[in-house]
Amino acid sequence: MSNQNDHHEASQKPPGRKEMSRRQFLTYTLGGATAYMVSGAVLPMIRFAVDPILHKGSKGNFIKVVEVSKITNEPQEFSFELQQQDGWYSSTATLSAWIRKNDKGEIVALSPVCKHLGCTIGWNNDKGYPDEYHCPCHGARYTKDGKNLAVAPKPLDEYTVKVDNGWIYLGQIVPNKHVS
Amino acid sequence: MFKGIYNWVDERLDITPIWRDVADHEVPEHVNPAHHFSAFVYCFGGLTFFITVIQILSGMFLTMYYVPDIINAYGSVEYLQTKVAFGQIVRGMHHWGASLVIVMMFLHTLRVFFTGSYKAPREMNWVVGMLIFFVMIGLGLTGYLLPWDNKAYFATRVTLQIADSIPVVGPYLKELMQGGQIVGAETLTRFFAVHVFFLPAVLLLLLVGHFIMIRRQGISGPL
Repeated sequence: MSNQNDHHEASQKPPGRKEMSRRQFLTYTLGGATAYMVSGAVLPMIRFAVDPILHKGSKGNFIKVVEVSKITNEPQEFSFELQQQDGWYSSTATLSAWIRKNDKGEIVALSPVCKHLGCTIGWNNDKGYPDEYHCPCHGARYTKDGKNLAVAPKPLDEYTVKVDNGWIYLGQIVPNKHVS
Repeated sequence: MFKGIYNWVDERLDITPIWRDVADHEVPEHVNPAHHFSAFVYCFGGLTFFITVIQILSGMFLTMYYVPDIINAYGSVEYLQTKVAFGQIVRGMHHWGASLVIVMMFLHTLRVFFTGSYKAPREMNWVVGMLIFFVMIGLGLTGYLLPWDNKAYFATRVTLQIADSIPVVGPYLKELMQGGQIVGAETLTRFFAVHVFFLPAVLLLLLVGHFIMIRRQGISGPL
């Protein structure tokens, strides 16, 4: 019986096509139209909400910091101002770097942010450990090149350095490349 | 799959009667535009509610960027409108929707008036509807100040001057709304709080009352 019916339908209609009930058609049409209209209202709001995470982080500009001639083998701290744009609010942040010339004559600018928990380190500021960077919070110590000696899990980060016309320009903060 | 989930929940909580009660009710012939086209006038209430939903949604999203602070308010609005993707659309929805909701509400009121739907036993719903009207006006007033541009500032000064002219209580009312001696930082935060917390809460309560009364009393009969 059912075989006969199948055969009968197959002879009248192209294969693979199923009858759709009026109810189903209306459900799809109304559902589709509703979904279209709802998405028209909702999608702009979703895109609006996620906008900040879709912005590419601005490539840090290089900032003029100090003359090359002032740099010695001994690390010195220099601070510089960074114009930052926070949404509709622009402000200046003061950053600092410990800059020195290493034995190969390269200029290395270390970030003063301790890699342990983010306190601010200083050069030669602990009598017990001369000629080292020391963090007052938990006693993290680093060598002249920023290599971690105690407490901290990683060497100090460094700024990308550009030298132009006798001046040092500092850019983004990147992981230390001068110590292994 | 959704059917499976629905059935699973329904077996346990018997939710079908709940939404049936809300959604499954017959629309009388005289209010169905498919039968009489002129019955579209019965849609204005629903349209008012629809736009209200849009206002609530777009407003929620706008607060992701907006700050109610006199130094940064204008900057944040300008930023969200010009720098954020679809900012113009989302603020546009809120801006135009604000006017549209007043228009729709007014048309709805006219329909109710001319079909005599406010008469017994529906007097209380008319009163609640009027309260909704005042809350909407309040939302419009408080929202107008938030961009903190010249138009917003002076419009609010004028409004507060009008409040000031009320006999006896006027000056106190003005200072209460202003949150101080001048239209300034405290006025802005105050209007913001009223716009996004106080009035929407009141509005939702009134709407619930409005809808429950419609369901209890049914739609008024044909003319």
